[in-house]
Amino acid sequence: MSAAQATLNHTLPVDYLLHLADNALVLGQRNAEWSGHGPILEEDIALSNNSLDLVGQARLLYQEAAAQIGNGATEDTLAFFRDVPDFKNYTLLELPHHAPLAGTSASDRDFATTLVRNFLYSALMVLVWDKLQHASHEQLAAIAAKSLKEVRYHLRHSRDWLLRMGDGTAESHGRAQAAVNHLMPYTQEFWTRTEYESEASKATGLDIASLQNDWNQIVDQALLEATLKRPAAGGFVPTGKHSIHSEHLGFMLAEMQSLPRAHPNATW
Amino acid sequence: MTLAATASASGAPQHSALEHVWQLLESLTDPEIPVVTLRELGILRDVRTAVAQDGTEQLEVVITPTYSGCPAMGQIEDDVHTLLQAHGLKGKVKTQLAPAWTTDWITPEAKEKLRAYGIAPPHSGADHDCQTESGKANGSGASSIIQFAARSASNPGRHEQLAVPCPQCNSNNTTETSHFGSTACKALYRCLDCMEPFDYFKPY
Repeated sequence: MSAAQATLNHTLPVDYLLHLADNALVLGQRNAEWSGHGPILEEDIALSNNSLDLVGQARLLYQEAAAQIGNGATEDTLAFFRDVPDFKNYTLLELPHHAPLAGTSASDRDFATTLVRNFLYSALMVLVWDKLQHASHEQLAAIAAKSLKEVRYHLRHSRDWLLRMGDGTAESHGRAQAAVNHLMPYTQEFWTRTEYESEASKATGLDIASLQNDWNQIVDQALLEATLKRPAAGGFVPTGKHSIHSEHLGFMLAEMQSLPRAHPNATW
Repeated sequence: MTLAATASASGAPQHSALEHVWQLLESLTDPEIPVVTLRELGILRDVRTAVAQDGTEQLEVVITPTYSGCPAMGQIEDDVHTLLQAHGLKGKVKTQLAPAWTTDWITPEAKEKLRAYGIAPPHSGADHDCQTESGKANGSGASSIIQFAARSASNPGRHEQLAVPCPQCNSNNTTETSHFGSTACKALYRCLDCMEPFDYFKPY
């Protein structure tokens, strides 16, 4: 391999780093919304810890993106001073926690929706980080190796709950099935490709679509054990990673970003 | 005083100066588990001299985070800076991610200290519990993950996992009450013999 090629192999489009970072930050923020509101103390702690890991991953990825962008960019400017059309997270991750038929987002914080989403995302990310830990981009590989350990634990936690709810009471089964029906269509976005993903795959060797079979295996096996049914695929394919989002992201960012925007450079 | 000055002042070669810094750092403990030192936990990775941008040699202390979001990292970095300053040493703290921290780096002495403190230490061979085998076996990621989360065929109600002895009474008759605990690195357990709840340092 020539020196020029070696350099080329280490180039990652910054949008790809932002996509990974935005995923982690947005889901981290959603999990953090349970802090102080968990159905039981253990789950309050669990979801807060989940959030801590995800926000930690987001910080590492934003720091790397900021280093590439230069121009005074920092992890904070990327997290707090970008708007909806800049975010590249999957639409799945920005949805509120309420069950599909709740009247308002405040009226119902549905634990099943939160846990099913954590399961669907963790099942994807164990596969993604597993591949990315061998990426030729050194820092991304290092972040991936750390994140893999964390997300495996998240998968274990959310999968356990999926089984417990699905194979539980009529009420918990119904809620888990409703959450699966509600969220599964959003996962179709995982397998579409953006330009920055295609570009990144030259440095990472990862083609996201190639993970679909493994992901299906993890999901189907868990649903089977949980006595839940997988809804038929099809319908609208969300476009969050193309920066075209649902109506929910703006409200989430407003809450998350208001403090640093009201008091830029505040420290404590 | 620079590191070089320290070395020449003591008339010792530089590696002794670095050893001296290692010794100084022995006084630094984990902010959340004050019975074990940063070195014993495997957070303190290296003490070395690095060439700064202006060409001078500078002391560099290398640390690695336990978890990506570990809130103690900022405190640890500050503690190292404060310690170096208190001893008139100039140096910087470098945070390094790779290789990723593992509980296998926790020294046997530190594991004993954790147990005495009431925290069940992690099993060694963290790979069993938290790392994918697929990287090594080059097989399907999915199969190893399902294995990880699968239940034992002989006892389908339980995860296949090693017993976690109670740090109070040493009984193996314990049960996990929560995957997550008071800090990112711990899970909650309860002893079914002495009935004491306790923290378990997750193998990682």
